[in-house]
Amino acid sequence: MASKAVYLHRDPMLKKRDDFEDILEERRRSSDLRYALRCYTPLLYKGLTPFRADELKTMVLQSDQLQYVINQVSKQTSVTADEVEAEAAAILEEMAHHLQISTIRFFAFVLSKVFKTLFRSVCVNEEGVQRLQQAIQEHPVVLLPSHRSYMDFLLMSYILYTYDLPLPVIAAGMDFMGMKIVGEMLRMSGAFFIRRSFGGDKLYWAVFSEYVRVMVKIGFAPVEFFLEGTRSRTAKSLTPKLGLLNIVMEPFLKGELFDVSLVPVSISYERVLEEVLYARELLGVPKPKESTSGLFKARKVLSEDYGSIHVYFGQPVSVRSLAEGRVNRSQFNLMPRHIPRKPGEEVQSFVNDSAYRLVRAQEENMVLKPWVLLAVLLLQDQAAGDGRGTSLDELTERAVWLRDLCRQFGAFLHWPDHMIPSQVVSSSLSLHRGLVRISEGRVQLALDQAGAEARRPLGAATPEEELLNRAVIVLSCASYRNQALHVFIRPALLASAIQTASSNQKQDVYNSFSFLRNMFSNEFILSPGAAVQDFEEACYLLVKSGALQINQQEVLVTETGQKTLTFLTSSLDPFLQGYQMVCRFLCEEASEGLTEKRFVPAIRKFIVQHLLTGRLRHAEVLSSDLQKNALAALLRLGAVRKLRGRGEEQLEVNKVMVNSLEDTLGGNLPTQKAVVARL
Amino acid sequence: MASNSSDRQRVAQHRLRIITGHLQRPADGDADIQAAECKAQETKPNVASSEGRTMPRRRQEIMKWNGWGYSDSKFLYNKKGQAEFTGKRYKLSGLIIPALKDWMEGTFGASLQHKTPATPILNTSAVQPPTLNEAFVDEIKSTGIPFSHDPEDRVFRAHGHCLHEIFALREGKIGRVPDMVIWPSCHNDVVKIVELACKHNVCLIPFGGGTSVSSALECPPEETRTIVSLDTSQMNRILWIDEKNLTAHVEAGIIGQDLERLLNESGYCTGHEPDSMEFSSLGGWVATRASGMKKNIYGNIEDLVVHVKMVTPRGVIEKGCQGPRMSTGPDIHHFIMGSEGTLGVVTEVTMKIRPIPEYQKYGSVVFPNFEQGVACLREVARQRCAPASIRLMDNEQFQFGHALKPQVSSIFTSFLDGLKKFYITKFKGFDSNRLCVATLLFEGDREKVLQHEKQVYDIAAKFGGLAAGEDNGQRGYMLTFVIAYLRDLGMDYYVIGESFETSVPWDRVLDICRNVKARIVRECKDKGVQFPPLSTCRVTQTYDAGACVYFYFAFNYRGLSDPVHVYEQVEHAAREEILANGGSLSHHHGVGKLRKEWMRETVSDVGLGMIKSVKDYVDPNNIFGNRNLL
Ligand SMILES: Cc1cc2nc3c(=O)[nH]c(=O)nc-3n(C[C@H](O)[C@H](O)[C@H](O)COP(=O)(O)OP(=O)(O)OC[C@H]3O[C@@H](n4cnc5c(N)ncnc54)[C@H](O)[C@@H]3O)c2cc1C
Repeated sequence: MASKAVYLHRDPMLKKRDDFEDILEERRRSSDLRYALRCYTPLLYKGLTPFRADELKTMVLQSDQLQYVINQVSKQTSVTADEVEAEAAAILEEMAHHLQISTIRFFAFVLSKVFKTLFRSVCVNEEGVQRLQQAIQEHPVVLLPSHRSYMDFLLMSYILYTYDLPLPVIAAGMDFMGMKIVGEMLRMSGAFFIRRSFGGDKLYWAVFSEYVRVMVKIGFAPVEFFLEGTRSRTAKSLTPKLGLLNIVMEPFLKGELFDVSLVPVSISYERVLEEVLYARELLGVPKPKESTSGLFKARKVLSEDYGSIHVYFGQPVSVRSLAEGRVNRSQFNLMPRHIPRKPGEEVQSFVNDSAYRLVRAQEENMVLKPWVLLAVLLLQDQAAGDGRGTSLDELTERAVWLRDLCRQFGAFLHWPDHMIPSQVVSSSLSLHRGLVRISEGRVQLALDQAGAEARRPLGAATPEEELLNRAVIVLSCASYRNQALHVFIRPALLASAIQTASSNQKQDVYNSFSFLRNMFSNEFILSPGAAVQDFEEACYLLVKSGALQINQQEVLVTETGQKTLTFLTSSLDPFLQGYQMVCRFLCEEASEGLTEKRFVPAIRKFIVQHLLTGRLRHAEVLSSDLQKNALAALLRLGAVRKLRGRGEEQLEVNKVMVNSLEDTLGGNLPTQKAVVARL
Repeated sequence: MASNSSDRQRVAQHRLRIITGHLQRPADGDADIQAAECKAQETKPNVASSEGRTMPRRRQEIMKWNGWGYSDSKFLYNKKGQAEFTGKRYKLSGLIIPALKDWMEGTFGASLQHKTPATPILNTSAVQPPTLNEAFVDEIKSTGIPFSHDPEDRVFRAHGHCLHEIFALREGKIGRVPDMVIWPSCHNDVVKIVELACKHNVCLIPFGGGTSVSSALECPPEETRTIVSLDTSQMNRILWIDEKNLTAHVEAGIIGQDLERLLNESGYCTGHEPDSMEFSSLGGWVATRASGMKKNIYGNIEDLVVHVKMVTPRGVIEKGCQGPRMSTGPDIHHFIMGSEGTLGVVTEVTMKIRPIPEYQKYGSVVFPNFEQGVACLREVARQRCAPASIRLMDNEQFQFGHALKPQVSSIFTSFLDGLKKFYITKFKGFDSNRLCVATLLFEGDREKVLQHEKQVYDIAAKFGGLAAGEDNGQRGYMLTFVIAYLRDLGMDYYVIGESFETSVPWDRVLDICRNVKARIVRECKDKGVQFPPLSTCRVTQTYDAGACVYFYFAFNYRGLSDPVHVYEQVEHAAREEILANGGSLSHHHGVGKLRKEWMRETVSDVGLGMIKSVKDYVDPNNIFGNRNLL
């Protein structure tokens, strides 16, 4: 069942994708002012009854759902219903957007200028835009862009304005509200603000969910939010958050709408504005609070070349077809629909699977630039190498090999075939000259010049500081490599499984695969419960590329396949080693009273030691993202537990289990069976 | 006995005119089809009627074999290409309907050039020869109860009026049909027949009016025993009327129009008026839990029935008294009602009757949109002031109603004409592509009707409703009787369609209407239907806790190789959509074989088990083997 939803067995090479148009081209030719003031008459949802933003608020406050919760809260807290309603109104006030076309016009003007300075092009698949336009008229639409940059949602609104589509209302994190003017500007351009956490606040949840639901139900405007919940600092897709998806699907599931269209949108940046910021953040340099002045300091950013952006509007996904045969909608028949109810298991797993499917759809339509492939190779060389770098010729040759492999795996690779490969390589490198160093025809990561500017003017940096500076470069580079990981992840898991499995029996390989997949399912987008499909997909790809032969019983590596497998296992290497490090830390160093909050600084110290002593080569392991994912996996598997004590929750480590997981990750076989059994 | 008071006679005459207003002439009664005195009848029936019954044993004398209703009444396009309704029975009979052609062309993309005529006559050689249980036949012969194995008789009783049934007949395709037809004329005849059927293990299928729309009458193709269709049409007498308790005891084969006409002669009525009342029978209503248009005053069949007699393989089931309500364990009437011919034959029913209402008034209200209309009906139900009938049609049906307006006839003048059209569409800002209309029927004494009418119009006004005249309302109700004929015309021109219904809580009415209509459109598209379908609905009954919703669905099937299959897939999907949106499996059409796949989820495993164990006890050898419900 899930297999149908997640993976269709068809040749990825045949995946048809639309062509792109550069929307900046027109901007470079005609007046931005006229563009910002032009007549804007989008085609709207056919079932729309027009409402003003304030009418919308009244509708929300008056809705059966919200009234029900207001009365409930009032009874439970013995505060009068009127007061609770006033509180609800205040929440709504804080939350609600104030979409105004004038603000959009302002942004249209400013962004035109900004985009033209920053980017070479902003490319959009116009067929996707047309599909979207169609979808908007048919059913309420939910836009689901990938999230890599602050830029994302302004960019989305800008594009929709450009194509005369209705402007979206956007669920944004509260952190923007810190920036007074900008916050209000964003509100007027359609953003509505949600607190980052509102735990058990029933009223808040009720207001928020009803607000979104009403907008979906009446088709007020396309609702936009980020499935990943926050910007991915690593350029890997994040495990989807389900709250909002649940809310926007509900009107369909409860029969209040015939259908809802979900439109995954993939936004790929050739260079992310936040590149270095992210790396610092992952290394524990605290994230600058998003203040207005901070944003304006970013003016320096304006002087750089960020290449191009590709925005791909995916195929609209009908919630109705997703739910077909998955959700029995009559489960809502026996209770009034306005009484809030936790979604049942069936609905939860449906929403979860859908979310994964949508994130995968985002991944599939992410444009990969040749540089991404170079980043893959340079990082591998750096970890393995002698510090001498790779010769340009060799790099080019391997890049071409990798290009072909990628294509076989169905990647959406923008490799300019009209250019000779060496040219492609050198022009890619030049856009990222902050990250690479080329000397005497050899290329490597620019580790030694790293932090040159940050280095204290007086006195040498400590070894640790030097290490962190190098790690900034490594992580920045990794964020490019990560863009391509979704292409390789399943074959890479299979390659590693083959390496660690006790035999080449298909069943053994599958067991190893399934173990690794389970282990890494907080790290990569791997739909829960789809182990078999993922295995089949991986087998299919590797057989097709000639690396494997698989018969009834056995999985055999072909002569030429070894190269592919080695490549694939190395790409997983930093993660394997990282997870092992986390395990080792927990076994060796975790003391009484370790909390989740103290976990990251503590393990960072541990890893720094290992890196400095040369016992660990992958500086990437310093990424707090990886560390947290590993911990989440261990928690999920029950190897670590959270203990409720006084104050913060403490982490209780099951050392036997963690130890055996570490062994198994390291390809140490004997304990594997026991662990797999326990999983 | 009918009262002699001339006053009553007058009221009765008046009522006759209104209720059976679609009949211009008294039915062609003729003496020899009248029920012969049942030999077994001990007491002489005390209600004798001078008039004959509508339904002869040989239905083919007056009815179509492959379409709806009387042979003399049908829609056709005349030589000038104008639609016309033939015959003399109905108000519409003999009239030209000028707008119908445009509507059919516009709505379905149908064209007079593309005809799909039906096989004109029944080819009896296509009918399987009967497999007869000789011993059974011999014993039946000796009882003197009339029977037949004439192919025509058998084909007539092998179907109801589902689309696939009629479509097959039009194509001259005939599947499994009963091996013989038998016409008992009283309860005791039925007792004998059932005894013999049990003795010789033949399968019995009760047949009332043949208006089933649930495949209930279809013979199970896997049935190898002799199938006997037990036609109740000759059990059609009113046995007595009890004016003190206002009840009448009636044989179950009587058809609706006869029952009303005969009661009217005595100044009474049952008030039970399903749209099929011209042909459907009392026993059929009980067996399917039927619902009449005026249930708001008179109740549905379960409210009307005081006592029922049913002959089962185990013997006769009935209650021992006529108390108006009892607390005596589960009500055994509820095993009988809705049993769909699976347990036995309903032979006699004691039914509530009412004096004919003094005054009747039609009405109609136009709403700016369907949402407002539903809100109004909901309010009317909340205040429990629903008129005898209130129906809300969506915009498509409203437009359809207009297409059926005949040329020159005062009663048919439409409110959309002239000034009024201007008033509604321009002044009030009603959008003629969104507005919808409710038709109303009030009954009672004059004073109260007028008061009631005002109350309802006042509520309507709160929802933007505008009174739109009596004529419009009356026309709406009159059309319900001729609409069934229209499907045959559609089928002459590549258009197939059907209606189906559900009941649903108030808060889901709008959702279910929208979703089911949209689902139909989507499914048609997905299934390769080349033209947009007609997908429309109306709310036909109101209850305290919900409403009955009726869907009409039709499409032009040109270009499809297996239109009936496509049709069935779409209807199936529509039913799934209904269930997913909180609608019931059926409000009144019943389950039959068409909808039985959903019984389990409808009544739960245990519920199904209960029904099954009743069946196993009452009819262990599956004599009543039509295989409905379970
Ligand atoms: C145009 C049209 C309009 C309709 N409108 C309505 C409506 O408004 N309301 C409504 O409720 N229905 C309506 N129906 C459906 C149908 O008329 C009803 O189901 C009706 O009750 C069937 O009665 P019948 O006598 O025609 O039964 P049949 O069609 O002959 O039989 C129906 C089922 O009942 C069984 N049965 C019949 N008589 C007996 C008996 N005496 N004892 C035991 N079992 C028996 C049969 O075996 C069969 O299973 C309509 C149908 C059509 C075609």
